[in-house]
Amino acid sequence: MEKMPKWADAVLVPLLSLLMAAILSAIVIFAIGEDPVAAFKLMVDGALMRSAGWGYTLYYATNFIFTGLAVSVAFHARLFNIGGEGQAMLGGLGVALVCLYIPWPHWTLAIIGASIGGAIFGAAWAFAPAYLQAKRGSHVVITTIMFNYIAYSVLNYLLVNVLIAKGSMDPATPKFPEATHLPTFRDMFSTADTILFRGSPANVSFFLALFACVFVWLLIWRTRLGYEIRAFGHSDTAANYAGISAVRITIVTMLISGALAGLMAVNTTQGEAERLILNPTEGAGFIGIAVALMGRNHPVGVFIAALLFGFLYQGGAELALWTNIPRELIVVIQALVILFTGALDNMVRMPLERLFLAFRRKEAR
Amino acid sequence: MQGGRVTERRATAAPAIELRGISKAFGPVQANKDISIRVMPGTIHGIIGENGAGKSTLMSILYGFYKADAGEIFINGQKTQIPDSQAAIRAGIGMVFQHFKLVQNFTVLENIILGAEDGGLLKPSLAKARKSLIALEKEYGLKVDPDALIEEIGVGKQQRVEILKALYRQAEILILDEPTGVLTPAEADQLFRILARLKAEGKTIILITHKLREIMEITDTVSVMRRGEMTATVKTSQTSPEELAELMVGRKVLLRVDKAPAKPGAEVLLVDDLRVTDEDGVERLKGISLKVRAGEILGVAGVAGNGQSELLEVLGGMRPATGQVSIKGESIDLTGKRSDGQSRRSRGIAHVPEDRQHEGLIMDFAAWENLIFGYHHDPEYQANRLLMDNSDVTQLAARKMERFDVRPPNPRLTAKSFSGGNQQKLVLAREIERNPDLLLVGQPTRGVDIGAIEFIHKQIIALRDAGKAILLVSVELDEIMSLSDRIAVMFDGRIMGERLPSQTDQTELGLLMAGIDPDTD
Repeated sequence: MEKMPKWADAVLVPLLSLLMAAILSAIVIFAIGEDPVAAFKLMVDGALMRSAGWGYTLYYATNFIFTGLAVSVAFHARLFNIGGEGQAMLGGLGVALVCLYIPWPHWTLAIIGASIGGAIFGAAWAFAPAYLQAKRGSHVVITTIMFNYIAYSVLNYLLVNVLIAKGSMDPATPKFPEATHLPTFRDMFSTADTILFRGSPANVSFFLALFACVFVWLLIWRTRLGYEIRAFGHSDTAANYAGISAVRITIVTMLISGALAGLMAVNTTQGEAERLILNPTEGAGFIGIAVALMGRNHPVGVFIAALLFGFLYQGGAELALWTNIPRELIVVIQALVILFTGALDNMVRMPLERLFLAFRRKEAR
Repeated sequence: MQGGRVTERRATAAPAIELRGISKAFGPVQANKDISIRVMPGTIHGIIGENGAGKSTLMSILYGFYKADAGEIFINGQKTQIPDSQAAIRAGIGMVFQHFKLVQNFTVLENIILGAEDGGLLKPSLAKARKSLIALEKEYGLKVDPDALIEEIGVGKQQRVEILKALYRQAEILILDEPTGVLTPAEADQLFRILARLKAEGKTIILITHKLREIMEITDTVSVMRRGEMTATVKTSQTSPEELAELMVGRKVLLRVDKAPAKPGAEVLLVDDLRVTDEDGVERLKGISLKVRAGEILGVAGVAGNGQSELLEVLGGMRPATGQVSIKGESIDLTGKRSDGQSRRSRGIAHVPEDRQHEGLIMDFAAWENLIFGYHHDPEYQANRLLMDNSDVTQLAARKMERFDVRPPNPRLTAKSFSGGNQQKLVLAREIERNPDLLLVGQPTRGVDIGAIEFIHKQIIALRDAGKAILLVSVELDEIMSLSDRIAVMFDGRIMGERLPSQTDQTELGLLMAGIDPDTD
């Protein structure tokens, strides 16, 4: 017997967690002498009320969808991939090499090439931790974290010494050729009379992210590989009984996870920066963990959670811009949301379960 | 109390325990419904019932783990509140759990005083405890070395420590929850001797079990529970296993397996000099050779841990080995890529593993997903080259569940929401429906209720009669005796001997299981 209905688990628990995070954030804002209601209004105005705000929210959300999916896929095999950050950085390198050194005739082909490049580089970066876990039992949490630092150093070295634009002081590649530039939402949705999404970075890779959601859903719940991934994640002893190879599943799952994280670079490196810069991920790899947790490792949940975190990112930027609320406090608010929706999940869930049980007992009488 | 006889005149002795109208519900599930029971002092009272009948809930209420929704508890005629286990101990109740609650790297003595130390200093209380422990051991014939580490003594001894723990806390009433589940037949006999001694010394014992034989062997009175209700309380001497089984299940149950003589055909499985060394470098199989023919059941008996599990695992493709194994005359790989479970299945070997919760099923998967587990690459289950045909598989699953009487027959429920017996039927349905040449079965009825045992045994016999070879591993001697056409006894990684069930008995098999060959003496 389930303790509470599915809808309560999927909707009510995260909503209540969010509410508690919001209340606590309001108290913190109030404590430093600002008006929480005004602050919240400013966040909503800045992130959701104008199309340009949406343009930023969706841009961030795109990143979080990719990294959230990356964590989710790995988690179905009970592998905790914390290396989204490093895999996305290497994805950036893959995207940059594809865009710089292959003469693309049109962006439609370039995005395909860049996706393949980003995915392969991201997957390759996940391979070593995956191999070490599968063959040597080195815990993937530890190795993927270490590989984040290595990725940062590799990128740093390459940008400063190898890929840097001639005569530039800025550790970044030259701008990608015009033909690889992706259409932004402004290009796609503005008409002659009204300009939408002015100045915002959201671009066509948002749809690539949606496509990735569908892909992950099909992979996990409709394919044999997904079946084996889930079986292995639930019980490695049962997987052994069924003849599912632990080594194969561990490596293949991590490769898919790394590829998804690497795809994020299509949005940031090709879509927004149009060149590879230092620290192209800005922590999106870590946010992916929170997104996956909150989204219950389901693509639909990941999509919704990514939107929420996109809103927090963009709304937070607005706060920093227009109020005296310091930038650090915005990080605190984001942390509170992560804390409540992720780590303190049971704090909300257990009383709710008890409530539902009590309710049913009453009905049964 | 003399000989623990139940006194007819109630006025002379108050019951050691009396429960009146105990009820307890978990959500919509009524675990205990208006239960009343009287246990006279100095007797052994059995409580028997299928899994989920409410036995453990009732005892948890008595031990203060749960609070009853309604009802009263009387200890020695005094109305008593038991809000927690401390109160139960004060009332003189001791509990021996199915899964022992001992600290593995503590000594016997340390475990016994754990939670009952007097004063902040350990040394004086240890010294005091040692004295009373030695006295207790003498009084009840419970020999254990006080300074041995728990992890170094066997399960039988560990159970004695649990009993000593309760006695040390001056328990007058001992509750034992499925105490023989982890014991060998010999250890179980020893336990029963200890219980008889305790009874003789005037202790009151409540024995919870689902094994009819134990009830008949040792109890004075027995209460039967079914679906949360107490269906009967009778004197053991005035009942029979058949009657108790009927009371438990609610219908007539066939306790003996009905089967025609085997008509063995060609050799299906041939094993020669099979050897396995485990991760710690210990040799678990030391040269096993056996054969199973079509249309016969070879039962492998033995005390758990003598290599039977490894034998099944090797044949099922779960661990590598050396030696020769052939199926229908063609040899199979014992190491490398083609030695996994899927290769075995493609060679016509089906496997009902010993541990259905960790091997045979994925508890969080729906029944329909579990019903293709291991066979999920079969083209029959695919919609096209990329995707699986989930809706078709679900429909197939519903039909299989109906044929194997899985209740409830809903393929979308997760495996963990089925009872033990129905989980086992899921595994059997999956493996038998594939129509294998050889079926490996490990502990087919472990933790399975009586009604389902009958069904499972019938299915295994039916597969045999269909001309398939069956290798059965079980620690239940009764099961081995009644199902097998031939019996092989394993001890310490070797086969001690083979017997025909018609020409052997429990005593002879018991000796073989202990590594003694009666013929050579």
